Amino acid sequence: MSTTYDEALERYEPVFGLETHVELGTASKMFCGCGTAFGAEPNTQVCPVCLGLPGSLPVANAVAIESTIRIGLALHCTIARWCRFARKNYFYPDMPKNFQISQYDEPLCTDGYLDVEVGDSVVRVGIERVHLEEDTGKSLHVGGSTGRIHGATHSLVDYNRAGIPLVEIVTKPVPGTGRLAPEVARAYVTELRETLRGLGVSDVRMEEGSLRCDVNLSLNAVGTAEWGTRSETKNVNSLRSVERAVRSEIERQSGVLSSGGRVVQETRHFHEDTGVTTSGRSKEMAEDYRYFPEPDLVPIAPAADWVESLREALPELPFERRRRLRDEWGISVLDMQSALNAGAVSSIEATVAAGASARDAYKWWMGELARQANERGVEVSSLPVTPADVARISALVADGLLTDKLARQVLEGVLAGEGSPDEVVAARGLEVVSDDAALGTAVDAAIAADPDAAQKVREGKVAAVGALVGAVMKATRGQADAARVRELLLKQLGAQ
Amino acid sequence: MTDLIRLSAAQLAAAIASGEASAVEVAQAHLDRIAAVDGKVHAFLHVDTDGALAAARAVDEKRARGEALGPLAGVPLALKDVLTQKNVPTTCGSRILEGWRPPYDSTVVQKLRAADVVILGKTNMDEFAMGSSTENSAYGATRNPWDLERIPGGSSGGSSAAVSSYQAPLAIGTDTGGSIRQPAAVTGIVGVKPTYGAVSRYGLVAFSSSLDQAGPLTRNIVDAALLHAAIAGHDPLDSTSIDAPVPDVVSAARAADVKGLRVGVVRELNGEGYDAGVRQRFSEAVALLTSLGAEVGEVSCPHFDYAMPAYYLIAPSEASSNLARFDAMRYGLRVGDDGTHSAEEVMALTRAAGFGPEVKRRIMIGTYALSSGYYDAYYGSAQKVRTLISRDFATAFEKFDVLVSPATPTTAFRIGERTDDPLKMYLADLDTIPSNLAGNAAMSLPIGLSPDDGLPVGLQIMAPALADDRLYRVGAAVEAALHDRWGHVLIEEAPAL
Repeated sequence: MSTTYDEALERYEPVFGLETHVELGTASKMFCGCGTAFGAEPNTQVCPVCLGLPGSLPVANAVAIESTIRIGLALHCTIARWCRFARKNYFYPDMPKNFQISQYDEPLCTDGYLDVEVGDSVVRVGIERVHLEEDTGKSLHVGGSTGRIHGATHSLVDYNRAGIPLVEIVTKPVPGTGRLAPEVARAYVTELRETLRGLGVSDVRMEEGSLRCDVNLSLNAVGTAEWGTRSETKNVNSLRSVERAVRSEIERQSGVLSSGGRVVQETRHFHEDTGVTTSGRSKEMAEDYRYFPEPDLVPIAPAADWVESLREALPELPFERRRRLRDEWGISVLDMQSALNAGAVSSIEATVAAGASARDAYKWWMGELARQANERGVEVSSLPVTPADVARISALVADGLLTDKLARQVLEGVLAGEGSPDEVVAARGLEVVSDDAALGTAVDAAIAADPDAAQKVREGKVAAVGALVGAVMKATRGQADAARVRELLLKQLGAQ
Repeated sequence: MTDLIRLSAAQLAAAIASGEASAVEVAQAHLDRIAAVDGKVHAFLHVDTDGALAAARAVDEKRARGEALGPLAGVPLALKDVLTQKNVPTTCGSRILEGWRPPYDSTVVQKLRAADVVILGKTNMDEFAMGSSTENSAYGATRNPWDLERIPGGSSGGSSAAVSSYQAPLAIGTDTGGSIRQPAAVTGIVGVKPTYGAVSRYGLVAFSSSLDQAGPLTRNIVDAALLHAAIAGHDPLDSTSIDAPVPDVVSAARAADVKGLRVGVVRELNGEGYDAGVRQRFSEAVALLTSLGAEVGEVSCPHFDYAMPAYYLIAPSEASSNLARFDAMRYGLRVGDDGTHSAEEVMALTRAAGFGPEVKRRIMIGTYALSSGYYDAYYGSAQKVRTLISRDFATAFEKFDVLVSPATPTTAFRIGERTDDPLKMYLADLDTIPSNLAGNAAMSLPIGLSPDDGLPVGLQIMAPALADDRLYRVGAAVEAALHDRWGHVLIEEAPAL
């Protein structure tokens, strides 16, 4: 039924959108004072309000509102001057009031964007809205083989999660990414996660469900402007799954369309094990949530000067930081991507701050140190070497006191716990032999030991000097500057 | 002290404070009265004998220790069964909450406890406060002490009947479209709907969140003011609670002066559909106000004619959502949990069995009014009407300090008379609904018996939001003048039970 990815992209242009739910890391719930710790005993973090007991009333968590506005500001959104919560009405046992307090046509933040990097290019993903709502409880279906509701004999509900503040971030549809669509989707979620982490508003742990994604996708035939019917894929709970779900839906929908079928507007579930989506409930008969303004809560009217002060207090965002560092270091998007993937950006930055050139800092952390980290199976940042050590070694090389080869030995010493770079140099006696008189003796000895090579050099065969350089380096146990040795040999043999 | 039940709340408090009577004696006298007459009236759904006596004992002990007592210490009170009281059954007059004992106190109950008020028990009501006669209670109708074949008003009919039959000097009701004022009017007592947000709704089981407001039912104005002062005030647990000082309603009730006060008679709340006897007593009350020195004039509030339809869209819409939580999953009735039904089926079976016909009707109206495609035409339009009604009030209050009207178009009707005609039933709240839609303060107080049927007629006084004190000032002046004329308050003319 599905077509291959390549076939799909020959015929169709994918348009995707992402809805991301983020549990805020506030100390208390959205509308009551209950705690929010993950993994507590079921139904121990509950009260009349988050259990929706008759007569209870919600009171909005001011920190959650502030966090949402900060997220909106980080995503370059417009912050509403006045907006309200709304009730989303539907029946489900894990929702204590059978309505969810959410936002509908008056979200806190609208119309922003997030720049994400894919390969060597930057894609601007539009943000439709950012709004605040409460999370539901969690159902545990017991008695079936799958843990799903089908086949279960009964269900247990844990309301600890009910009422945890949840921010929903909805992108605008993202067209025009072609075959890169899965990577762009993944890069967006990665970038969003880093941004939220930088803001300190959530622990953004996809494995614990504090960041959850729904992927919307439609295809339109290449060359047509009209977008197709979209599916909404839920349960996409890792970065890899975001990428796979987009790809899988492209292949599936392409198969449906290619065989003359029609894409059904529906909710689909992504399966981590197989990497494919299966049909959930149809949305053809759109569920009517009967939204209306929440009468138990007063409107939110954030003062303009307060919003401005939040904007001014925002930390530097990951994208902005990377762009600044790229400019300062003079490296490409791709090189920055590598440093990011290696987890070396902060170390490089600190090394530069300690006096090394950006080029050297990048070279050390992405070269020798990345190799060492890889061998040890650790993050580069957790190696037992400080950015200051690296900057010092780099300075010794720049001053001609160490050769690259010697420098690597110094680094080995530092990593082995032998002390600071200067201590290692001293203890191992690794300083470059730069005394021309001492070198001259070694040069004379090398010429005397290999008259054939010396003769060839005298006759103009300069390449033959290599053997002599090697002999001098050996004699000085590698502590000589090879370039200087070569210079001295050529001069001695009259070849210069 | 032979007849403790005939004393006002203020008198009882004074007697207890002076040691003339103990709080336990007072509580027992009222419990005895309940035992003697409530079989006929059916004002209470639950009498908390042990809790009431324990609370009374605590007051007596506090007094014995020489501690300061509040102005209502030891005074018994009947609580509408829509407010939670920890571990005391709360049904809202519905089968669906049968057996539920809330694990928490409403803010009103906390304030009553703090004031050392003795709560006797929970009073009957129209199911989820939806009704004007208390006939919609799943636990049987309450009867009007003036005529046991008639309704005591609703939805706070249990509270109005308890106070008017001397089972309690104080009661708490709730008023969403008139559910305090209309029962007070038809049972010859005082009922006040404070400004929306003046009394916390925390623990008040919601019918219509933007309209619900708890308030006092008493046999005289000063008692109402004392109770009002005890329960009002900002509550951080209710976002819609007003964070402003409570107007000094007790001083206003004692001032009882209307000289120079501008009183507007609302043209739209009179005329066709009103009993002749009601109109007559209302005209006399207006004349009385003039004679007391008030500057009386007429005022038009043209959009009040649309208050009823707007109310019957907004209130059911909010109710359809508020009542969704009654689904058998966590508390109350559970039907069909026999292993053969899904959770959704258990929800549906429970709601079908647990809600009465009027509640179902309003859930359906509200669900329809909020559904996509109809929202703008119904809920949206109703909200616009609500704004226009608020503007009518604002304009009227530029010229007048208070507005007046009959509290109800008719006196108490017979039990069963309107149960087959919901629209006719809804008309009982014609005069009271505008103040709920605007969030204003309003009061009903007795102004005499209708010459048509000898049943009580109420005067409604309406004041701007946060000007609740004006109600008490005007109400007390009228009450005092009528007392001078009659030599007693109206309720004393009620037949013995």
